[in-house]
Amino acid sequence: MKCPAEIIIYMHEYLDEEISAKNEQELRTHLQSCKECQTHFHELRKTIALVQSTSHINVPSDFTAKVMAKLPKEKRKVGFQRWVRHHPLLTAASLFIMLMAGSLFSSWEQDHEFSVSKQPNLIVQNDTVIVPKGEVIKGDVTVKNGKIQIEGQVEGNVTVINGEKYLASAGQVTGEIKEVNAIFDWLWYHIKKTATEVVNIFDHEEPEAAK
Amino acid sequence: MEAIVKKRIKQVLKGDQDAYAEVVEIYGEKVFHICYRMLGNRHEAEDIAQEAFLRAYVNIHSFNINLKFSSWLYRIATNLCIDRIRKKKPDYYLDAEVAGTDGLTMYSQIASDTSLPEEDVESLELQETIQREISKLPEKYRTVIVLKYIEELSLNEISKILDLPLGTVKTRIHRGREALRNQLRHV
Repeated sequence: MKCPAEIIIYMHEYLDEEISAKNEQELRTHLQSCKECQTHFHELRKTIALVQSTSHINVPSDFTAKVMAKLPKEKRKVGFQRWVRHHPLLTAASLFIMLMAGSLFSSWEQDHEFSVSKQPNLIVQNDTVIVPKGEVIKGDVTVKNGKIQIEGQVEGNVTVINGEKYLASAGQVTGEIKEVNAIFDWLWYHIKKTATEVVNIFDHEEPEAAK
Repeated sequence: MEAIVKKRIKQVLKGDQDAYAEVVEIYGEKVFHICYRMLGNRHEAEDIAQEAFLRAYVNIHSFNINLKFSSWLYRIATNLCIDRIRKKKPDYYLDAEVAGTDGLTMYSQIASDTSLPEEDVESLELQETIQREISKLPEKYRTVIVLKYIEELSLNEISKILDLPLGTVKTRIHRGREALRNQLRHV
């Protein structure tokens, strides 16, 4: 007996649970009358049951540990690159700070020569700067890598970098006296100086802008 | 479940490798199972399942967090299995169309009585027989049968995992069922 070709298709539609009510009726009617298709259908269902009956096999207990051990090590470099990608602003800022610090350090290295701000009535003896008795120095005095001995009067700030200061009892400083020795003090001094300069620039600019 | 997994994946994306352990824990068994049924060999299955998790980890940045992670992972696993099967490819396929016929394949040429030598070996467990028969299926049928009947995934999901049209998935399941029927009818 030659069966209609669509019966097999209906069987599969049935197994996929996608058969229409009409086709299902047709399939049922046919199966009741056709031994061959009945067997075919039975075999299909048996096959599925067999496949589904395959027992559950257990995954090896150390599976997760093995996978984790195989993962590439989260490289510092990779993490860093990702961080750079995600934080461009911070990267730019830290790069700027690094370069700034670099230039400050190198100027620290270069600054080991004795120097003093130039005021006409200062006396320089070897590496000691003397503010003579009875003299009045106008403006700030800065001494680098040397000593300062104040016997007279300074109308301004005195800054000593990498040196010592002696203030005689008669000596007088109208402004601040600062001693900068350690590199961090020096850095701080630099930063404050830069900040003051920046503020000064703005102070100068503002009136101009006001015009 | 998917919510936990997505949370862990976000942690992994932030560079927290340990968060991945939980993902492996959740899907390890499923992936291993798929690989085992596809390859029919415990050792190979473990190898490929590990590789699948490794690939998923390395490519986690390309995973679209809005999609289902399991589908993406199963896809990686099935693709790796198919690659492995192809490497030990036999030189003929049972589903190759026989020349000069319309849609007739080698399956229709196998005399049903002679196709089951394992009947002789009664000591073999039924389980092993079934697994061996699954392993005999061409990979394209094997994949859909494994996903449908062993992982019990819907046709829609299988279509997504394999990136195949739904119609193709149905056709393959139908042919896979017929092929298995031929192989298992006398068990």
